[in-house]
Amino acid sequence: MNRNNKKAWLYLLPAFLFLAFFMVYPLIDVFVYSLEEGFNFASQTYFGVGLYNFSYVLHDPYFLQAVKNTVILVIITVPVSTGLALLISLGLSSIKPLRELYQTIYFLPYVTNTLAVGLVFMILFQKTEYTDGMVNLVIQFFGGDSIDFIDGPYWAKMFVFCFYTVWVVLPFKILVLTSALASVNQDYYKAARVDGTPKLRVFTKITLPMISPMIFYLIITGFIGAFKAYSDAVALFGTDLNTAGMNTIVGYVYDMLYGDSGGYPSYASAAAIILFAIVLTVTCINLLVSRKKIQQY
Amino acid sequence: MDFEKIQKKTDRRSKGQKAVIYFFLTIWALIVLFPFYWMILTSVKSYGAYNGEHVPALFTLSPTLQNYKDAFTAVPLVGYLLNTVIFTAAATAIMVAVSTLAAYAFARLEFRGKNLVFTFFLSLMMIPSELVVITNFVTITNLNLRNTFTGLVLPSVTSVFYIYLLKENFEQVPDELYRAAKVDGTSDLKYLWKVMIPICRPTIVTITILKVIECWNSYVWPRLITDDPAYYLVSNGIQEIRENGFGRENIPAMMAAVVVISVPLIILFLVFRKKIMSGVSRGGLKG
Amino acid sequence: MKIVLENLTKKFPARGKKSQGYVTAVDNFTCEIPDGELVGLLGPSGCGKSTTLNMICGLEKPTGGKIFFGSEDVTALSPELRGVGMVFQNYALYPHLNVKENIQFPLENLKGKDKLTKKEMESRVMEAARLVQIEDLMDRKPRELSGGQQQRVAIARALVKYPRVLLLDEPLSNLDARLRLQTREEIRKIQKKTGITTVFVTHDQDEAMSICDRIAVMKSGVLMQQGKPQEVYDDPENLFVARFLGIPPINVFQGYVRSRMLFIGDAPVLSVGEVPDQEVWVGIRPEGFIPCEDGPLVCRLERIEVMGRDITVISAHSACTGPAVRSIISGESPVDPAAQTVQFALKPGKVFLFQKETEERIRAKKGKQQ
Repeated sequence: MNRNNKKAWLYLLPAFLFLAFFMVYPLIDVFVYSLEEGFNFASQTYFGVGLYNFSYVLHDPYFLQAVKNTVILVIITVPVSTGLALLISLGLSSIKPLRELYQTIYFLPYVTNTLAVGLVFMILFQKTEYTDGMVNLVIQFFGGDSIDFIDGPYWAKMFVFCFYTVWVVLPFKILVLTSALASVNQDYYKAARVDGTPKLRVFTKITLPMISPMIFYLIITGFIGAFKAYSDAVALFGTDLNTAGMNTIVGYVYDMLYGDSGGYPSYASAAAIILFAIVLTVTCINLLVSRKKIQQY
Repeated sequence: MDFEKIQKKTDRRSKGQKAVIYFFLTIWALIVLFPFYWMILTSVKSYGAYNGEHVPALFTLSPTLQNYKDAFTAVPLVGYLLNTVIFTAAATAIMVAVSTLAAYAFARLEFRGKNLVFTFFLSLMMIPSELVVITNFVTITNLNLRNTFTGLVLPSVTSVFYIYLLKENFEQVPDELYRAAKVDGTSDLKYLWKVMIPICRPTIVTITILKVIECWNSYVWPRLITDDPAYYLVSNGIQEIRENGFGRENIPAMMAAVVVISVPLIILFLVFRKKIMSGVSRGGLKG
Repeated sequence: MKIVLENLTKKFPARGKKSQGYVTAVDNFTCEIPDGELVGLLGPSGCGKSTTLNMICGLEKPTGGKIFFGSEDVTALSPELRGVGMVFQNYALYPHLNVKENIQFPLENLKGKDKLTKKEMESRVMEAARLVQIEDLMDRKPRELSGGQQQRVAIARALVKYPRVLLLDEPLSNLDARLRLQTREEIRKIQKKTGITTVFVTHDQDEAMSICDRIAVMKSGVLMQQGKPQEVYDDPENLFVARFLGIPPINVFQGYVRSRMLFIGDAPVLSVGEVPDQEVWVGIRPEGFIPCEDGPLVCRLERIEVMGRDITVISAHSACTGPAVRSIISGESPVDPAAQTVQFALKPGKVFLFQKETEERIRAKKGKQQ
């Protein structure tokens, strides 16, 4: 038994070392950092201990802008992407021919490099002195005025940001929902057909309750994912997100840590903890709501 | 007959519904595909032609490969690709090895405190990487590992989720096999290598593919830890190209670089389509 | 409501990339189900009985043939227009709805002049619940019910809309043995009480024989024989039907007919009347054996199982196609357990002859002895 014990620990050792060094220790350390006031990265010294870092971050206009951007992104993209994914999966599961082709196409964004494809979105939406860009041409075709979505007004930038985010997160949601729909026992639908149940009623009374756990799962992970948005923004608006006014909370953390405005791990830690607190709260609320709403069976 | 009329009406309506469904599915498919089409199209337009079009053309009659030449010569694209391949291979290999050993210990070996340790592992799954990245950055900097592959790879190795996935799979291998192997005097390591891994190969392939996708697209950590372009991965490389590469306006060359970066993963996906999709829907718990 | 199936045929496209043909699941099925009867569709799994049921229900469109309810041709109608109630093998109770909501579900779909008020629905639901005796379970969720109770809820849900036809797809296969006996009696009772024409799919011949007014035996998509259970049992039209019905199963021997005499092995065992000389399969029901000292069929005695009222004699014969000859004889009959052999005379009515090639029944001409 003792030998077996030792052997087991030996098998676990590599994983343990990695986790301890790169997850557990940093996790503790981040709280320490966040409490150390006036930390100097070069000399590794600090003045005192307290909540000043949090107060600084919460009063930093860049941070508040980042929070605003992130919250707008979350509020728009989570419902839109979940709803759209639901519609598309319903469509997919009601057709037979070409279904695999559509599924494959819809999944493509998942395997593409966010940064690289973001660049394509940028040139599609961007308005330069040479060209108005593809999207603006379409808008003009329908009689609208062209807008620079990349360097233009805030709402236009927000629109591209949300659009790209939805484009990127949809594959996963479509995949999860199509497999959830496929796993609903076909007999329920047969029984409903024999009873002449209208399609809408089949959807609200049978399909929706049956896949509600998966929908809530997607909403929860969607919230978490959207709160952590960052590289999509970089892909569209470049690394200097504060100037573009499109920074996100995670972006703020990294900017504080590193780069032109970096070198403040304490502020970064405080911001990261605030983010974590927001995400945790939202997730808990989600879980409470879903526990009430999900039909138990 | 009354019923027949009703029946015909329903049939017609359901045909109409099918058409509407196909219409909308096709629209979304086009929205998904258009950026890919656009990047390939732009990448074969010549610099002059692209900038000469005030109204961008939807196709080109004089495709050129000049942009690809530029992409490989004017910027160190090959270097970025090579770095990414090295980084991906190393991180994935170490991750799979470490996770397999740990999962085996959890699934097959008996030791005191196993449940406690496993619960501890699981609770780590909830920790967002944003929280730990700050200290990791400081640690790697202090260890003087910035701009090294070691610094890039080490913190990217840990993955509680994959350990969990593997452990679940390992546990499905019947106990009898283990006892039979023990009776024959097989060592644990040999049993793991000769029995467990072959049986659970589908899961191992799945986590390998998922990790490869994750590594290929990773941006944040490499950006923090590398500022020497000689160590840039593709994500950082494309950002670098965008900001100082060909000069802001040579978009066709940029698109060529984007195509080169995107193609490996798309090929991987098309080859392992079924595996990847089932793996993601199973392993998507990562969120 | 009488159900008539006319040359009903269903072909599915064959699976696999290379084969382009069709798999015929149901082939030219013709049958008439009289009003108010309980009919069992019986056959081994994969014989097309569920497909037939689905076509009656409207969930599958036939490739050919017609279906009539009474005089009305319903072939082209979708299920909701046919007025059928269906009980699925796994019951298909909606897990998120409680018993009452499940039963009420079909009623809520009624539109136009059929639309019911809340009160009417309530009374219909209660009526159905009373019929299957689940009035006190109305607030439970399906997962809180036993298999038998779920089954009743499913039946209540099928009955609540007053269907013209009730269809049951292997309704007992998910129950344990004891419940199965009890439930099948109840299905019988409910069916008699409501008088709804009912089609019942099962692979268990015992189930079908015991409660059905009429059975239809299928094999790979083809209707083999239909009729009252006892008639089919006593007068099978081919070897398949003979083998499929009866527990323990019929004993099949290789034999031949020479000059109106049936031979098994080389022993003449029975005079069979006007049958041309030929090789035959001989099917003998277990109850067709009479042990007697000078009986013509000589078997090697293996053992005797006493089952209370009856005893089963298990013996061996070289011409028997099965591993053993099973015969059931009444308890008083004298068989010495220590004996080496046992000799049987045969009851003519329990012996059936089948053609060697086609396995079709050979009947003696002109009502003489077989």
